[in-house]
Amino acid sequence: MSNTKLNANGNGNGSDLDNNRTQAQVQAQAQGAAGFLQKVGAAVSEFMKWYGVPRLIITCFLLVLIILAIIYKMDLGSLLGDSLTRVGMNGLLVLAMVPTITCGVGLNFGLPVGIICGLVGGVFSMSMDLTGFTGFFVAIALALPLSVIAGWLYGKLLEKVAGQEMMVGTYVGFSIVAGMAIFWLTAPIKNPSMIFAIGGQGLRYTLTLQDYFGGILNNFLAFDIVIGKFTMNVPTGLLLFFGLFCVLLYLFFRSRTGLAMLAVGSNPQYAASSGVNIRRMRYTGVIMSTVLGAIGILVYAQSYGFLQLYNAPLYMAFPAIAAILIGGATLRKATISQVIIGSVLFFTLLTTALPVVQTVLDGSEVGGGISEIARMIIQNGTILYALTRVGRR
Amino acid sequence: MPKKVPTPTTSGTSAAPAAGTTPATGTTRKQAGINLRKIGATLGRNSVPIFFLVLSIVGIIAADLDINNLIYELIGRLSRNTFLVLSLLIPIMAGLGLNFGIVVGAMAGQAALIIVTHYGIGGLGGFALAALISVPISMVVGWLTAVVLNKAKGREMVTGMILGFFANGVYQLIFLVLLGWIIPMNNPAIMLPSGIGLKNTIDLIEISNALDRGLDFIWNGLVMFDIGSIPVGPWRIPILTLVVTALLAVVISFLIRTRLGQQMRAVGQDMHIAEVAGINVNRTRTIALIISTVLAAWGQLIFLQNMGTMNTYNSHEQVGTFAIAALLVGGATTRKATIWNAVVGVILFHTLFIVSPLAGQRLFGTPQVGEYFRVFLAYGVIAVALALHAWQAKVKSNRELRGE
Repeated sequence: MSNTKLNANGNGNGSDLDNNRTQAQVQAQAQGAAGFLQKVGAAVSEFMKWYGVPRLIITCFLLVLIILAIIYKMDLGSLLGDSLTRVGMNGLLVLAMVPTITCGVGLNFGLPVGIICGLVGGVFSMSMDLTGFTGFFVAIALALPLSVIAGWLYGKLLEKVAGQEMMVGTYVGFSIVAGMAIFWLTAPIKNPSMIFAIGGQGLRYTLTLQDYFGGILNNFLAFDIVIGKFTMNVPTGLLLFFGLFCVLLYLFFRSRTGLAMLAVGSNPQYAASSGVNIRRMRYTGVIMSTVLGAIGILVYAQSYGFLQLYNAPLYMAFPAIAAILIGGATLRKATISQVIIGSVLFFTLLTTALPVVQTVLDGSEVGGGISEIARMIIQNGTILYALTRVGRR
Repeated sequence: MPKKVPTPTTSGTSAAPAAGTTPATGTTRKQAGINLRKIGATLGRNSVPIFFLVLSIVGIIAADLDINNLIYELIGRLSRNTFLVLSLLIPIMAGLGLNFGIVVGAMAGQAALIIVTHYGIGGLGGFALAALISVPISMVVGWLTAVVLNKAKGREMVTGMILGFFANGVYQLIFLVLLGWIIPMNNPAIMLPSGIGLKNTIDLIEISNALDRGLDFIWNGLVMFDIGSIPVGPWRIPILTLVVTALLAVVISFLIRTRLGQQMRAVGQDMHIAEVAGINVNRTRTIALIISTVLAAWGQLIFLQNMGTMNTYNSHEQVGTFAIAALLVGGATTRKATIWNAVVGVILFHTLFIVSPLAGQRLFGTPQVGEYFRVFLAYGVIAVALALHAWQAKVKSNRELRGE
């Protein structure tokens, strides 16, 4: 139904624009040409509506960067390979936004709640000296019960503050990160490679995963695509893992529970009248998001090679939020395809921006600054745009 | 014993403000218990400041702090932070909640300060000039803030916060990239060696303490004497800063009583009713935000002249969080805040700020624990206050739904 509405709108706008532009020429030109222009105008505005302004801006940015990279004869293979890694690395964190949006809670600004659970799992797995896949899966296994409990508590809180979930979520996330910093400082862990060299207590700011489960997914079945000079590394395991969770979530939304959750998000009254327990659906959504956050950070860490503790998770929710919004999601609706599109666009942009800008500006000091600033503006601009779009609840 | 009474209020805070509102309906039912109720309500309403008072006292004892030293530190912090916290009051009155957008105002203040520093204008005159320059800048950015927030009604706080992050990006773009590259400027003293962008820290010697010591020709504000054998001081009282802050408090309490203030309160109570009553809601909210942003710019100027140095790219980041946390510690909510909330809040919050690293050092053997603890407190206070407010609003609307 909304589609037809959009269509009508699109047509209206298009013809308006066209009329303005063609008024001077229309008499001189044949009727058919005007009709053609009108059609093009309508198609363009329809395309804009469907594609979305943020997505369009990001795509343009990305195209400019890639063209620049080609002009300056940069190593496209490594650029794209790194981007692919970055997409898989962050994919699960972006995916974590889907359950909360779907069940009507909105963007999960409290993602650090899940991230912290994942970090705790990782830390304890490391302290047991587990390596390789064992280490990775034990970390997940340890994080799972924690994140279910944390997610349930967090869901309980969000239930109480319906309407202000985003703000409360942000600050709950912040305070948990700050509170856990005290835990990291006093954690009862004796592994000397994990604690500060001096003092004998307190975990280091970043834990190196090299000897534990660093790169375990990235290197699994990884291969190079070689076409002439073009060499591109494909982190197969990482992408498979991300793909697996996409498929799982996709299947979940085809299941009975998943459909009920969709109903709760789109029309709570209708869902309630057809016997769906709204509360339970919201809890399920928040718990799923927290669990995905926990697994997501472990995937992120194994790819990055370091487990970042203390203040590192503080702002981690924001890139994930920006990515899914760039993918075309709104505060009310999100799909798996939007996650994939958004992650690819946003993280490819982030990965390529720094080297391209540095090459173009010939290594001047400004380069690093510009790409970081561009990230801040794009990321927060996208979130801002989404927040000002939807009317009041 | 008296310490033990308010401690359970940590969990009781949730019930406390609710208790403050119930007597309105409850008094008719129970006339007998009114006195007890009143005491309970007063205690309940102030449970947050009381809790933090207890926490501060415990911290002071644990840190074994010299009271003279504490007061010296506290006077400095009170004088440099109160103005910023006061800048939050007007948007709360107008129903915009906690204005996380004051970060934008702080950036405007810093921009003005950079201009003044660049031309090397110092002293009280330089400070006044910076304050003057910051007005048009902060009015424009305040107006832009209002345009954005008026599009996000009901989500002003989260939007304001993200707006702060966004504005930080724009600020860095201007002062780290465009300055010296596209905007012509050459000043090796405050710019990076490459000639593009400002240094990370800028020394504000010219303007340092300009306002704090503005009345030095009358009295330099040094307090130092003995009562018997107990030494008092040395404290340095920044007289002019305190006078200016007090003046702002007077102006705000005057503004509340004007026609504009009443319109703001009407909008804050209920936007729809205000609209029906013929008040231009968006215009009123815009004015509230512009005033707040200008005040925040001045507040940041006061803060920086006291500090004497400016972290070009970090000074403003935490302004919003700390000012808001201080206000909430003082017992304010997202819908109601008074000047006294601000003053009490600054004193309590900053006492904790001074005390907690020292307490952490003594209790855990590392000052970091205390440092993380105070950050945790700042965030935690905001989280709890926001959650409480949202929860109350939900309970209220549920009750209304059931009543109708």
